[in-house]
Amino acid sequence: MMKRDKKEEEEGGANPFYNLEKSSVLQEARTFNETPINTRKCCHILTKILYLINQGEHIGTMEATETFFAMTKLFQSKDLTLRRMVYLCIKEMAYIAEDVIIVTSCLTKDMTGREDQFRAPAIRALCRITDTTMLQSIERYMKQAIVDKVHSVSSAALTSSLHLAKTSPDVVKRWVNEAQEAVNSDNIMVQHHALGLLYHIRKNDKLAVTKLVNKYTRHSLKSPYAYCLLIRIACKLLEEDNAGPMFEFIESCLRHKSEMVIYEAAHAIVNMKNTTAKELAPAVSVLQLFCSSPKPTLRFAAVRTLNKVAMKHPAAVTACNLDLENLITDVNRSIATLAITTLLKTGSESSVDRLMKQISSFMSEISDEFKIVVVQAIRSLCLKFPRKHSIMMTFLSSMLRDEGGFEYKRAIVDTIIGILEENSEAKEAGLAHLCEFIEDCEHTVLATRILHLLGKEGPRTPQPAKYIRFIYNRVILEDAPVRAAAVSALAKFGAHCDELLPSIMVLLQRVQLDMDDEVRDRATFYLNILAQHQKALNSAFILNSLQVSIVGLERALHHYTMEPTETPFDLKSVPLATQPLQELSKPIMEASSGPKSTEKAAASRQDVYAEQLASVPELANLGPLFKSSSLPVELTESETEYMVRCIKHTFPHHLVFQFDCTNTLNDQVLENVTVQMENTDDFEVIRSVPAASLVYEKPGTTYTLVRLPEDPTQVTTTFTCTLKFIVKDCDPNTGEADEEGYEDEYVLEDLEVTVSDHVQKVVKPNFAASWEEVGASNELEDTYALASMKSIDEAVKSIIQFMGLQACERSDKVPDDKSSHTLYLAGVFRGGHDVLVRAKLAFSEGVTMQITVRSTDAYASEVLASAVG
Amino acid sequence: MTIMICFIICTFRAGISSNQPFCTSFHVSGLLSYFSGLFGSKERRILILGLDGAGKTTILYRLQVGEVVTTIPTIGFNVETVVYKNLRFQVWDLGGQTSIRPYWRCYYSKTDAIIYVVDSMDRDRIGISKNELVSMLEEEELKKATLCVFANKQDIEGAMTVTEVANALGLSSIKNRKYQIFKTSAIKGEGLDDAMEWLANALLSNN
Repeated sequence: MMKRDKKEEEEGGANPFYNLEKSSVLQEARTFNETPINTRKCCHILTKILYLINQGEHIGTMEATETFFAMTKLFQSKDLTLRRMVYLCIKEMAYIAEDVIIVTSCLTKDMTGREDQFRAPAIRALCRITDTTMLQSIERYMKQAIVDKVHSVSSAALTSSLHLAKTSPDVVKRWVNEAQEAVNSDNIMVQHHALGLLYHIRKNDKLAVTKLVNKYTRHSLKSPYAYCLLIRIACKLLEEDNAGPMFEFIESCLRHKSEMVIYEAAHAIVNMKNTTAKELAPAVSVLQLFCSSPKPTLRFAAVRTLNKVAMKHPAAVTACNLDLENLITDVNRSIATLAITTLLKTGSESSVDRLMKQISSFMSEISDEFKIVVVQAIRSLCLKFPRKHSIMMTFLSSMLRDEGGFEYKRAIVDTIIGILEENSEAKEAGLAHLCEFIEDCEHTVLATRILHLLGKEGPRTPQPAKYIRFIYNRVILEDAPVRAAAVSALAKFGAHCDELLPSIMVLLQRVQLDMDDEVRDRATFYLNILAQHQKALNSAFILNSLQVSIVGLERALHHYTMEPTETPFDLKSVPLATQPLQELSKPIMEASSGPKSTEKAAASRQDVYAEQLASVPELANLGPLFKSSSLPVELTESETEYMVRCIKHTFPHHLVFQFDCTNTLNDQVLENVTVQMENTDDFEVIRSVPAASLVYEKPGTTYTLVRLPEDPTQVTTTFTCTLKFIVKDCDPNTGEADEEGYEDEYVLEDLEVTVSDHVQKVVKPNFAASWEEVGASNELEDTYALASMKSIDEAVKSIIQFMGLQACERSDKVPDDKSSHTLYLAGVFRGGHDVLVRAKLAFSEGVTMQITVRSTDAYASEVLASAVG
Repeated sequence: MTIMICFIICTFRAGISSNQPFCTSFHVSGLLSYFSGLFGSKERRILILGLDGAGKTTILYRLQVGEVVTTIPTIGFNVETVVYKNLRFQVWDLGGQTSIRPYWRCYYSKTDAIIYVVDSMDRDRIGISKNELVSMLEEEELKKATLCVFANKQDIEGAMTVTEVANALGLSSIKNRKYQIFKTSAIKGEGLDDAMEWLANALLSNN
């Protein structure tokens, strides 16, 4: 504390604005109303206001408006400095104060006036206060300013136009001719800004952008900045599709006379996705050359770029090793750090010790930002050389002990957690270092995170007892959020380790005297559960956390309290939390007490599908939506006459197939469009909801409702599908259709219903506990030979995809060179039944799998167990 | 440019002889240079107000540079220092659009004089103009301000006469205030010189 006070004093001495009071500054601002104006004093007050705003001080709308209007009085002074300060303040206050358009006339006059020093900043301020409705009135002046012969004016107008394009794209689009003219300017900045605006106006039109690049690559631009921009635009085009001339252009820039352009081109090439060694070589040799440049900026740029791509192109970067070695002793520590970490990333195991020693010699001299670079290098090193983890761990723990900001500490903690999750040998050492760290940790976020990790990993180590002391110390010493996290961690030890349970109970009893409500509540809750001595309860309430979406739970509870009913609240009415791994998937609904609440919850979760389905009367009364398939299935080839994709929606006893159809023929209108599906395997097609008409390029949707078979184990099938419709020819230009039409059909690809359509993913943080919780009553076991699988990894991926379950305990990551592996999967089966799967895999010329399924429902077990066969 | 201004001032002078003020409420002194000593370097603060399109901005720049400049509707205000025969006026021309009128009050304080400009052709809105004038004159901050009304656009045929304008604005009911009305044409530069001369004298006598 003493130390901090001293620091503050030092800062105060250096900064004249330290400890500024907002209210007194705004009071002072009334001086603006006085005449004659005291220029010096007013400038000083404006500086103070700017300082306050930049420090993030909140200024209310009322007081800001009052100050703003007082400031407008300063326009009577012609003083250069004061006026420019006023411009700055206008820009800063534009979004805080109201009615800022009051200075429009003054700024318009200044931007067109004779004083060149006023013109550019006036343009910038004017564009900031002008909204779309007012923009029309200054449009003429903006167009003139863009092509003004004074460079600063032209640049200011161009950059301001770029900002305006965000809010008023249509108006700015009309300035394209002026921008085009400005590109021909002989000033390097004007050319750069003009090209930027031109690109921005056209960026959504790929053809226009291609033309733009082609045009300016041919007759060379004068400005190196514009060149750099052109390289970036070309890169973007290349990313979208591989166009040869674009790459040639970038490559030719490697021979440009400006170093900036050369670097930009090299940087672009090494960062491209699919580059061959041959394409890479000239770019890397340019960077290599820069590494030995006398200019520190070039050395820095080169080594930073090499550092970033070291993992992607190790071979190419290794070629620069000699130059990088020379940079280790660079007087600029940032360059040295980047050089060493690059070498660490690409180097051999034997060089690690030497490099680590070198880097630790100046760790104290570099900034946090570069320390984070070091930490990241260590992380990738640990992945590469798992055997080196002890050196790395020691190094990381000593870094943890040093001074450093939050970002830096978080990077270290992230790395340690990453290492101990990847490498089980490092687990105990890692936990020990983290325990030591939380003994003196000022960041609540990090402390709670580590406590959570200790609760998860600690109980499963050989000596869980040794962590209790560290955790309980937190209960005594820290503030409430950390104490609460510590209580949860303690409970996990109690639930998992029988021999520790009595001691944990004693500790939790003591916590019941805590000052904080949350901490006390947690202790009481855990104590009562632990006192039951039931594994199932421990698993459900302590070891495995809630699986519902927190936002969904909040809304559902709010809804429940708003409309009181006799029935108790059902946790199953809350949507499940969607798993982060399941990208692109839509939020999914679980069972709920009635259709009404489904509708509400769906709307609140912005679940597009549920809302869509609820609006179709023919599909009412199906019960709550259980799952919607995440990725649509394409039922047509791409670029055919009609495009149809299908999304499968699973209900308790029904399936709804949503067919999104697009008509790509501009001389046809389709009417009464349905997809006809044949009854198969006891799946009964009940009805179709047709799409009334399909106009050219306007997608339409038709639904088909299917009842699931009575037999609960009958879940998979394949449907043949045919698109049926009435065709009417129409005029491509007007879209007017003939009155007469004729029936036609179009054969679609077959549609499969798989086990995964009936299963929703759920994470069980402590799989073993859940395994016990569900119990062996519905257990099924079987052994399969998966001859077609070439590796365990491949087998794991296809099992997960096939069953549609969530991998737990990181068991989806298969360690290299291991011939056996156990995969843990969890999920919920249609109807709300927990399903757990343990698959033991062994590899010898094909994969052998022993699969064990447990579920709260016997049929669910059966379905899952037979899913692989 | 200097030559140009000189020329225009000359025409102003020519104007004085041909355009006698409508009425004169107090004695005019011809020697304005005499007052500059009493004014010293202190600037007098003048507001130009009136409905949109009355010609306020044109008047401001006619006074400042002696030329007719192309104007656009004023969004906000213009402020210029006008030097009139060695006297310095700080003139604020506030936009007259309905949306901007509420902001007039932000600029009332410490005002020495108001130039209220009326479009003599705009018979439809003379009532609105009157209401704006009346409510403005009720403001506490303007209690001591001198009022000078410009019945502008007199160059157009069919314009209201200065008497008509004065009656329509109800000037006769103004109490406890030094005021005067002039017929002006900002485009032609007529009447402005008289008005400014009267204003200078009025402000001087306030001293």
